[in-house]
Amino acid sequence: MAELIIFSLLHGLVYGLLLFMLASGLTLIFSMMGVLNFAHASIYMLGAYVAYTISQYVGFWPGLIIAPVVVGLFGALVERYGLRHVHKYGHVAELIFTFGLAFLIEEFVQLIWGKQTVGYHEPAVLAVPLFEMYGQTFPAYKAFMLLVSVAIFIVLLVVLTRSRVGLIINAAITHPSMVSMLGHNVPMVFMGVFGVGSALAALAGVIAGPSLGTSPGMAVLLGPIVFVVIVVGGLGSLIGAFVASLLIGMMTTFAVAIDYSFGQFFMDVGLNMDPDGVLSDLYTVTIAQLGPIMPYMLLVLILIFRPTGLFGTREV
Amino acid sequence: MSNISNAMTAGASPSFLRRYGMWLIPAIVVVSLPWLLTSTVAVAVLNQMGIAVIFTVAYNMMLGQGGMLSFGHAVYFGLGGYFAIHGVNMISDGEWPIPLPFVPLFGAFAGLAFGALFGSFSTNRAGTVFAMISLGLGEMMASSSLIFTKFSGGEEGITADRTEALPFFGVEFTTEVQIYYLIAFWVFLAVFLMYRFSRTPIGRLANAVRDNPERAEFLGYSQKWVRFISFTISGGFAGIAGALFALNYEIVTEETVNALTSGVVLLQAYIGGVGFFAGPIVGAVIFTLLQTLMSNYTEIWALYVGLVFVGTVMYAPAGLTGLIMMHVPVAMAGRMGTLTQPYARIALPALICAIGAIGFLESWHHLSAAATGEFEMHIFWMTFDFTSPITWFVFSAMFLGGLWDARRVAPAVADTYGNALHYAFTGEDQ
Repeated sequence: MAELIIFSLLHGLVYGLLLFMLASGLTLIFSMMGVLNFAHASIYMLGAYVAYTISQYVGFWPGLIIAPVVVGLFGALVERYGLRHVHKYGHVAELIFTFGLAFLIEEFVQLIWGKQTVGYHEPAVLAVPLFEMYGQTFPAYKAFMLLVSVAIFIVLLVVLTRSRVGLIINAAITHPSMVSMLGHNVPMVFMGVFGVGSALAALAGVIAGPSLGTSPGMAVLLGPIVFVVIVVGGLGSLIGAFVASLLIGMMTTFAVAIDYSFGQFFMDVGLNMDPDGVLSDLYTVTIAQLGPIMPYMLLVLILIFRPTGLFGTREV
Repeated sequence: MSNISNAMTAGASPSFLRRYGMWLIPAIVVVSLPWLLTSTVAVAVLNQMGIAVIFTVAYNMMLGQGGMLSFGHAVYFGLGGYFAIHGVNMISDGEWPIPLPFVPLFGAFAGLAFGALFGSFSTNRAGTVFAMISLGLGEMMASSSLIFTKFSGGEEGITADRTEALPFFGVEFTTEVQIYYLIAFWVFLAVFLMYRFSRTPIGRLANAVRDNPERAEFLGYSQKWVRFISFTISGGFAGIAGALFALNYEIVTEETVNALTSGVVLLQAYIGGVGFFAGPIVGAVIFTLLQTLMSNYTEIWALYVGLVFVGTVMYAPAGLTGLIMMHVPVAMAGRMGTLTQPYARIALPALICAIGAIGFLESWHHLSAAATGEFEMHIFWMTFDFTSPITWFVFSAMFLGGLWDARRVAPAVADTYGNALHYAFTGEDQ
């Protein structure tokens, strides 16, 4: 039991912080520009692929820096020449544009790198187990992922709450026209936030690629969950995104380890359920099987009982 | 009193033709199509098209008419399919005496019920928030359909044999053409009902809530209720489309519920044009044609569809129907003639640009997918060596040159159009 708790906690933490790296950029972009960037997870995937290509030539470490920069620039260009152009048609058109972009990125990734998982691996230094406990090992690479995401979280927190740039960003979220009046270039700030958000997503992709596998499906695997995170945390709330990321990360990893169903519960309390009944689907399913839909069930519950999200101020 | 009733009957007969006349021509076309296109493949494509038309028009009931962008409308389509296929199986087992043509009602029921259930908490807001919730619900149902295997059959899905259901006046729906007429009937009924819905007060209110929810609230209408009703009814029609899918293919899998199906319906509606009732019909027809025809010629057809989609969003947000409707006032004023020359002028570089882009992308695709030792590809009825730099240079030059020239003449063409439109409305040149 202790083994299960410790390892689930660690894996949940890694997964949750990875989610946070995506969710932080997404929620910042959303609260500033009102744009929900559907292509955010595709940019995360792009980060992994670009880093893979770079790692083929110069190794893993330069890719860790170069790929987010390249993809961040790509994100800034998308904002400047795509999103800004569509802005005049309204938020729904912007959302549809990013949806189309997500579709295109996936197609181009398949065109360039093929449909199969590419062999993007962690560097040899990190391809070792960090420690062993109860006969189970914890890979050093996961610890590295943990380290990078915690560092990003701290940097983000400091920049947004302690620096002048953070001050302008926070002001531009709530009062864009006033910030513009004071002489700041708000479109430039938007482009910057979009670029940095993309770079963060790309960095998440770079570190997740070797661990979760770099394939054209990796965007679809994570994208919807990130949306759930920012709704559950409260739209526009960075702290909310952090808490919700960890919550969902923990929830999904713990669920995988629990092989228990309602049927067993009913059995334990003395009720006998027919395993072949019409509604048997509902009680023979185990918690582990329910793992993938748990975030969405949480989303529905939050929407019914607390429409602002955990830390949000605006009602959804 | 008699005067009034006389006036009413006198007014009714021309307005009847005007009201329903426009349904007559499509009806004749739809009924005669199987005689014109006799191959089974063609009929299969038509069946697919009909299903897509219902689904897309139902979808546009929300996106175009109600301002709700959904990324999870396949939920109602898929559930409609599952309910219908279980319905067919139960009928085959002799549990219910229901003829096959009524089976889509199972789908409608499923769509309505789940639309009401999910709509009850997701229609509080429109726009981005609604989109996100619909995405979450879509993912939840898609994953659920793999988990609750008793209902959904897991990865293999659920199959049925429609011929084992009750015959309908002797028709057993064994051939493609028979199922075509069944689908055509439902397409007509559903599209007609959806059109009538858009003309009812609640349909008009959906437009009001889309355009200005606050003002609608001040007029005393609950925006939530208006959206909820549109949402539920749209779900019901999507369910009918799903049920027809089930009857046509006799199998329903997770694919009918998943995000890809939800995305495709958005693509169809948007490419066709969400601002018009006919837009999604055009979109569904063209998309199905592209999908079935293009996939014979190229493996990267989805990439082209994506490019067309993004191009539509950026440069023609009113869609294909919007492009056509743009020219209606000009044509009515008899000024199309002034536009032919500038349009031909821009069409040439645009065509060269498109050929260059297609050649470039195809070369790329062949380069990354080809087996070693292979270096030939066949496009545009010619053979190219995709490893040769000349091929790449020619296509790139065509793409860039065409793009450059098209962009150069574009302002002048837009000006000519503006002039023609100005003439159409004012009767004088600018």
